[in-house]
Amino acid sequence: MKAFVYHFAFEFRSNLRNPELLLLDYLFPLGFYVLMGAVMTQINPTFKDTMVPAMVIFAVMVSTVLGIPSPLVSAREAGVFRSYKINGVPSLSILVIPALSTIFHALITSLIICITAVPLFKGLAPTNWGIFALLTLLIAFSYGSIAALIGVISVTSQSTVLWSQLIFLPSMILGGLMLPVSMLPRSIQPFTFLLPTTHALQAYIGLTYGQNTLIDPMIAVAVLLVSGLLAFGLSVYLFNWDSKNTSRRGHPLMALLALVPYIVSVFLV
Amino acid sequence: MNDEVISVQDFQKSYANVPAVDKISFDVQRGEIFGLLGPNGAGKTTTLECLEGIRRPDGGSLRILDVNPSREPGKLRNLIGVQLQTSALPATMQVSEAMRFFCAYHGVSPRYDLLERLGLSEKLRSEYHELSTGLQRRLSLALAVAYKPPVVILDEPTAGLDVGSRTELHALMLELKEQGITILLATHDMAEAEKLSDRVAILLRGKVVTIGTPREITAKGSGLTKVSVRTEQSALEKAGDIFPAVSQHLFKEEYDIYYSTDPGPTVSSIIDYVKDQGDKLIDLRVERPSLEERFLEITHTGGAQ
Repeated sequence: MKAFVYHFAFEFRSNLRNPELLLLDYLFPLGFYVLMGAVMTQINPTFKDTMVPAMVIFAVMVSTVLGIPSPLVSAREAGVFRSYKINGVPSLSILVIPALSTIFHALITSLIICITAVPLFKGLAPTNWGIFALLTLLIAFSYGSIAALIGVISVTSQSTVLWSQLIFLPSMILGGLMLPVSMLPRSIQPFTFLLPTTHALQAYIGLTYGQNTLIDPMIAVAVLLVSGLLAFGLSVYLFNWDSKNTSRRGHPLMALLALVPYIVSVFLV
Repeated sequence: MNDEVISVQDFQKSYANVPAVDKISFDVQRGEIFGLLGPNGAGKTTTLECLEGIRRPDGGSLRILDVNPSREPGKLRNLIGVQLQTSALPATMQVSEAMRFFCAYHGVSPRYDLLERLGLSEKLRSEYHELSTGLQRRLSLALAVAYKPPVVILDEPTAGLDVGSRTELHALMLELKEQGITILLATHDMAEAEKLSDRVAILLRGKVVTIGTPREITAKGSGLTKVSVRTEQSALEKAGDIFPAVSQHLFKEEYDIYYSTDPGPTVSSIIDYVKDQGDKLIDLRVERPSLEERFLEITHTGGAQ
């Protein structure tokens, strides 16, 4: 337990020392939040209704999907995990603790957004903060697991960018963060449920604002939970702490299994 | 009592069907410093990595204190301290953090004394990427021995170190040996191997070509002992080839140099001759063949004994 706490504390400090991660954990999400709060609320006043959950999802997504995979690959390629492993650090800790620390940073950013969005930008506060907090933890877990899985299956840091952007960019455009999914063409709407962002926002809207959603919010919660668990399990199974080690478990294509809940959900819309 | 700490029997490992190590066998006894020598690509690092549980052997048996490294990696972690040839720590990890971090995983108190001993006490707040290669290797060594494992595996531990650090490291290794810790040392540095190792094995193209104490190995070779003599009146100039066991005689920079297959009789007859001629010895040096010379001989002959 002492080792776990020390490892977590180190990873937490490490994220603050690394300018790139500091940018992804705090500067980028908070900067974007301020920009959206100042500009978007003027252009589209209805944005205030979903501003708090949308910016929380954005902060979590940036920290995890953009922040976890690349350092994971870099550390593995540099031999850091080799040093860890040989010095008695369990594989599970090597994989999970950096992701947990990143999630913790994302939760701090989310807290800042939750506290300031109402007084600064007149964002609409959720009616149930308790469920909001639980949903945020679930969403952070789901995104964190997907991000870890991307890091595990990527061979180079460059390939993590490709995989991360495959989630990040569609999420920004189609996931309902800036425009409600209901405003998209009807033919496109089901496909937006291939994205975790859509489910996260639908769950927030349905369960913490009591508003109508395009999908049963409990199904959205189930999709996030099952895909998070699948991605986490696959990350642990496929994790290879040494790229020089030729004997690895499973095939990277197994990672696609984590998408199954999203694919199923498309048919439930 | 069986004091065998490391046992390697018929160990094999190939990469893409190219054998890196081919049925080698050796054992290391408790409290021994065992040197693993060989040119690049001889299979030293592969052997160490399989013993460390990093790689799986293709055949044969490997055991450290009766633990199979590839099947029981969990048990192995508390038995061995390892300094890898290539490894790294997170760029932003400070020296003191690294010590606390790894000691926490082994459930022991941080060993700041080791950091001081290895000249890292002034770098406690330095981040890993700020350290020179030599300092990084020193830190890696400190971490390997911090929790006092019964077996320490060192892969090129002094590569990139300055003379002072090297001497300190050698002293530390001898101190660990005194404490009964077994050390398996892979090195390119023959002087280091000769100075520290109780026994060495020389690997060549994945095979053990010779094994024994440094003295035994050098004695096995065709290396000749060099006897250099300087006298006041150069009486040896007239002696010719009268001394026993001498296979070659040279004169260089005021010294008569004899290469002898049996230095005892050679030296005593030289001394007698100088005395008989009424000359006086100024200097006499006897240099036995070094492990390095024997190593070069082995590698040049492709391992033929």
